[in-house]
Amino acid sequence: MPDFEPVLLKRINANASSALDAYRADGGYRAVVKALTEMTPAQVVDTVKNSGLRGRGGAGFPCGLKWTFLPKDHPGPIYLCINADESEPCTFNNRILMEKDPHQVLEGIILSSYAIRAKTCYFYIRYEYGDAYRNLQTAIDELYAANLLGKNILGKGVDLDVFLHRGAGAYICGEETGLIESLEGKRGWPRIKPPFPAIEGAFRKPTIVNNVETMACIPHIVNRGIDWFKSIGIPPDPKNPRDTGSYGPKLYCISGHVNKPCCVELPLGVTVRELIEKHGGGVWKNRKAKGCIPGGISMGIMTEAEFDTPLDFNGPGRVGCLGLGTAAVTVFDETTSIVDVLYNICRFFAHESCGQCTPCREGTGWMMKIMDRMRKGQGRREDLDILDEVAKSIGIMPGTTICGLADGAGWPVKNAIAKFRPELESYIRKGERTTLPLALAH
Amino acid sequence: MRRSLTDKRTSPQATKELAGSWKFYPAGSFVACGLGVVMNALSPELRKKIADYLPRYPSKQAVTLPALHLVHDAMRCVSFEAIREIADMLDLSPAEVHDTMTFYEFFHEEDKPLGKTRLWVCRSLACGLRGGDELLETFRKKLHVEPGGTTQDGKITLEFAECLGACEGAPAVMINDVQRHCVTTETVDALIAELVK
Ligand SMILES: Cc1cc2nc3c(=O)[nH]c(=O)nc-3n(C[C@H](O)[C@H](O)[C@H](O)COP(=O)(O)O)c2cc1C
Ligand code: SF4
Ligand code: FES
Repeated sequence: MPDFEPVLLKRINANASSALDAYRADGGYRAVVKALTEMTPAQVVDTVKNSGLRGRGGAGFPCGLKWTFLPKDHPGPIYLCINADESEPCTFNNRILMEKDPHQVLEGIILSSYAIRAKTCYFYIRYEYGDAYRNLQTAIDELYAANLLGKNILGKGVDLDVFLHRGAGAYICGEETGLIESLEGKRGWPRIKPPFPAIEGAFRKPTIVNNVETMACIPHIVNRGIDWFKSIGIPPDPKNPRDTGSYGPKLYCISGHVNKPCCVELPLGVTVRELIEKHGGGVWKNRKAKGCIPGGISMGIMTEAEFDTPLDFNGPGRVGCLGLGTAAVTVFDETTSIVDVLYNICRFFAHESCGQCTPCREGTGWMMKIMDRMRKGQGRREDLDILDEVAKSIGIMPGTTICGLADGAGWPVKNAIAKFRPELESYIRKGERTTLPLALAH
Repeated sequence: MRRSLTDKRTSPQATKELAGSWKFYPAGSFVACGLGVVMNALSPELRKKIADYLPRYPSKQAVTLPALHLVHDAMRCVSFEAIREIADMLDLSPAEVHDTMTFYEFFHEEDKPLGKTRLWVCRSLACGLRGGDELLETFRKKLHVEPGGTTQDGKITLEFAECLGACEGAPAVMINDVQRHCVTTETVDALIAELVK
């Protein structure tokens, strides 16, 4: 296969300037001019819908389809919220897009706002992305000065304001209704759905929440068309009637025990093995991999034997993982104890559960405590069954919680027990203990 | 995130402390605030900056986070008086602002103000696999503070963070809101020297 020519990272790889002039010189904002002069909002929605673009934030919901859930002929206001909370561990692709090429994201926002008739966009960005925040603010100021934001954009009678809104270090504010609550000035407690945000979202008005990378794809779809987008990636799996295909380029993050941790852009559907070998420089220290996290820690765990699984929206599910997630692959080598990996993961969810649903609050807390005990050599034989039971009973899928954080907390535990049971059992039986200072401060 | 189980504020001791600090203010100051009696935790500049956010949102409450950030950045903590004054500006009760604020462990209250620099050390998976926990331990020993605490000279507040989104540069730290990649136990001394300068 010839090397893929990056689309979303094209300017970033070329070290191009993030200034408006430079972006325009590279053909930037042509899609906005095109849409505002030649296309109706409905045509933009149709284009995005027919391109098959699926949300890049984790759930993979078809983007254009979500837009069509907005009430027809709503008098407004309708809001667009950009989800730049990016807190899924091991994920950093949104940061790169915002820091290095903010105008690409903002062009997607102008197009999407036009499509859904939003006059206000709230851009919710995690506090930890200080540089991205400042670069975006500079870019937004440039756009107001160039009449690409504000009133009567380019004289076409379209208005749009974009406001950056900084988070305060909470993973749960990445969940779309947690984000909305946080935006409204409340604690970031996810809402019970329905109603979905498209019907009743921010400030009780119809709202679309989209991820940063999703936005970055839109200008290219408008410029180059549906067929181009569908020529990248892979078509639906005929064996899975719910799969709508995995089209377009995707940013993959590779981290952990590889020689060259990085973010690369590839057509959807690359295998984990290719990612590690070809783009991550192979496993470090000439070791072998034991396994990996395929798409942020919420998606579960893959063993080395499963590394030929393609990372499209459908692939990870075939080996028992939750899904593609954020396509962030973190590799751990053969010397790493699965107990340590699992403890680190459980600690994260126990810390980040918003505490609203009892099964999630208590389940994540107890899973962490059991893993902590196990690490210290005090594991019990029945622990694995208890962990498995807890992991299987928390989440939206068993129907016990309000949001998907609990599913994500349970999945790596379930996977680890199913795929690494002998190692876990032997660890407990031998009373092994970890000496790393991982037990700090929880 | 505040979770009922681990929430130190819900322990009887903490509740007493909290109750105590409210008592610090003379009874009736709520009413006084409402009547426009001079309130002085927030400077006129801060008030102006907060007020500038109001037109952005259809509700005043939405300015809570921006206001908390502005106050926190300027004053290194959000005092109870500041909470009260923010609440007054946003037509909220102080309890609502306090409720939102304490959900985000991010904001320091007046009993534990931030030092000059806030140093976050990531402890999530990608960093953990490349020595993040050891790094936090090294900082803890060298600075003689527990995570969450501030050095005696008031220069550095050490905290652990969950994934900073800087995993290609693991182990990563953040200095205020700027990331620093690939910090190893060998480069810790240089970093500390830079921060206490
Ligand atoms: C616990 C949890 C955390 C999430 N965090 C993020 C996040 O940080 N960024 C993001 O874009 N989506 C996140 N999501 C997914 C969002 O709820 C939502 O599906 C997404 O923002 C929709 O955008 P998209 O359709 O463009 O992908 C999270 C979901 C859950 C359940
Ligand atoms: S599932 Fe967990 S994180 Fe989600 S709303 Fe319930 S308690 Fe909060
Ligand atoms: S795990 Fe440390 S920055 Fe992501």
